[in-house]
Amino acid sequence: MIRISCPFCGPRDHAEFSYGGDGSIEYPALDAPVQDWHDAVFLRDNICGLQLETWQHVHGCRMWLKVERDTMTHEIRSVTPAHPGLASVLESQA
Amino acid sequence: MTRFSAWNVLWQGITGQKGWTRQWRDPEPKSHYDVIIVGGGLHGLATAYYLAKNHGLRNVAVLEKGWIGGGNAGRNTTIVRSNYARPGNRQFYAHSLKLWEELSHELNYNVMFSQRSHIALLHSPGAIDAAARNYNTLRRTGTPDAEIWGLEQLKQAVPHLNYAEGARFPVMGAAVQKRAGTARHDAVVWGYARAADQLGVDILQNCAVTGVERDGGRITALETTRGRITAGKVGFAVAGNTSRLWNMAGLGRLPIESHKLQAFVSEPLKPLLDQVVVFGMGGAHFYISQSDKGGMVFGGDLDWYKSYAQRGNLPIVQDVAEAAMSVMPCLGRVKLLRHWAGVVDMSMDGSHFICPTPLDNLYLNTGWNYGGFKATPAAGWWFADLIANERPAPMIADFDLKRFERGLQLDERGAGPDPKLHG
Repeated sequence: MIRISCPFCGPRDHAEFSYGGDGSIEYPALDAPVQDWHDAVFLRDNICGLQLETWQHVHGCRMWLKVERDTMTHEIRSVTPAHPGLASVLESQA
Repeated sequence: MTRFSAWNVLWQGITGQKGWTRQWRDPEPKSHYDVIIVGGGLHGLATAYYLAKNHGLRNVAVLEKGWIGGGNAGRNTTIVRSNYARPGNRQFYAHSLKLWEELSHELNYNVMFSQRSHIALLHSPGAIDAAARNYNTLRRTGTPDAEIWGLEQLKQAVPHLNYAEGARFPVMGAAVQKRAGTARHDAVVWGYARAADQLGVDILQNCAVTGVERDGGRITALETTRGRITAGKVGFAVAGNTSRLWNMAGLGRLPIESHKLQAFVSEPLKPLLDQVVVFGMGGAHFYISQSDKGGMVFGGDLDWYKSYAQRGNLPIVQDVAEAAMSVMPCLGRVKLLRHWAGVVDMSMDGSHFICPTPLDNLYLNTGWNYGGFKATPAAGWWFADLIANERPAPMIADFDLKRFERGLQLDERGAGPDPKLHG
């Protein structure tokens, strides 16, 4: 079991989360060439080692997170909100 | 190498089993091979065998970082079937099944291929309609053993499934392929290794590739833990580790991700299940058969997150156990003997690649998702054909890395370009 420290909820078992995928993908502009879209949608670095990926805390706060995780050891280096402005917005409204 | 025959078995029995010789050599690496296959799993060994058998190539080596058959070849649930619906896949797996049917004779090695039927349970009128459409297509295109069974027929064949009307997903029928079944995975590894070795193929174990030497658009040599070996042509057949080798060759990105898939075996039981039974409904996915040794062999979904670790996580153990209980409640007191994980190369459409690469003398076999075991004979056959003739045959024309650029996806599930969804 992997433990993921959700920045909103604290450390939780990974079973509360849903794995999104490769978090390093930058999608091109809507009018970008087809080849750019092909590469973003279909090609992956498939890193063995530390990779940036997205997870959603579906059974918790439902926030999307960016996680740095080693794909061989499963060690987690960092967890941050996927949308950085969101945390401060939530705090200002609290 | 002693050939297996009734006479030899009898003679060795009489003379104290002293005359058997080792099944394949353990040679030192030569400095050069005409063809090097990286990966001593089922696909690599089968490719080497067919390179020698079908194409007369003798100066061939198979490089294996550990021991042959120690990766996914020894970690799967040994199911063989050809009930694929998409054009391309359909013909390919039909060919594979025909090769399976003759494999023990072909290799002079009993791979214990048992055509015991593959029974996919159906739980709604919509699922029955969809299965009927696919299986009618199969019947009309060379797979006459595809059948749709009603509930009564299913109950007669497999009386001890959970037929409760109050079940969350009551069983309404089944899609059945009768020529499908299981084989003994280790025997397939050993059979191909032995037959390839006999034709002169060098099987080099404990020989990990650590670097790829290139001269422009060609591979010239492979750096290995057993020294530098030059190569005329190179084929990669390393399943979950393809991207790592691909990077060593300096080739960038691929339409695959490495995920881990677990499998399970129970303590041995008296004969309980004569078929392969598959349950897939909602979030559940489960497939089970019984090995000749008596163990219930079963599996479920991926571990859901990308991983190169050959070890499984516990939530999936629970998932699979729950699915087992909902399909075969009689398993409730059976003890789990072992569970393990293999690293599979999940592709963007759930189908595979057997294709040329950007390098002139490098060829690629990857992207087998859940299905590499059943594909073994045909994958070896056509990968060898590609390497020997340096062009893809029509059979594998759509299994190239460029198919997504053409707008073609061989997506049996219709799940879209997300590797973890192609179970």
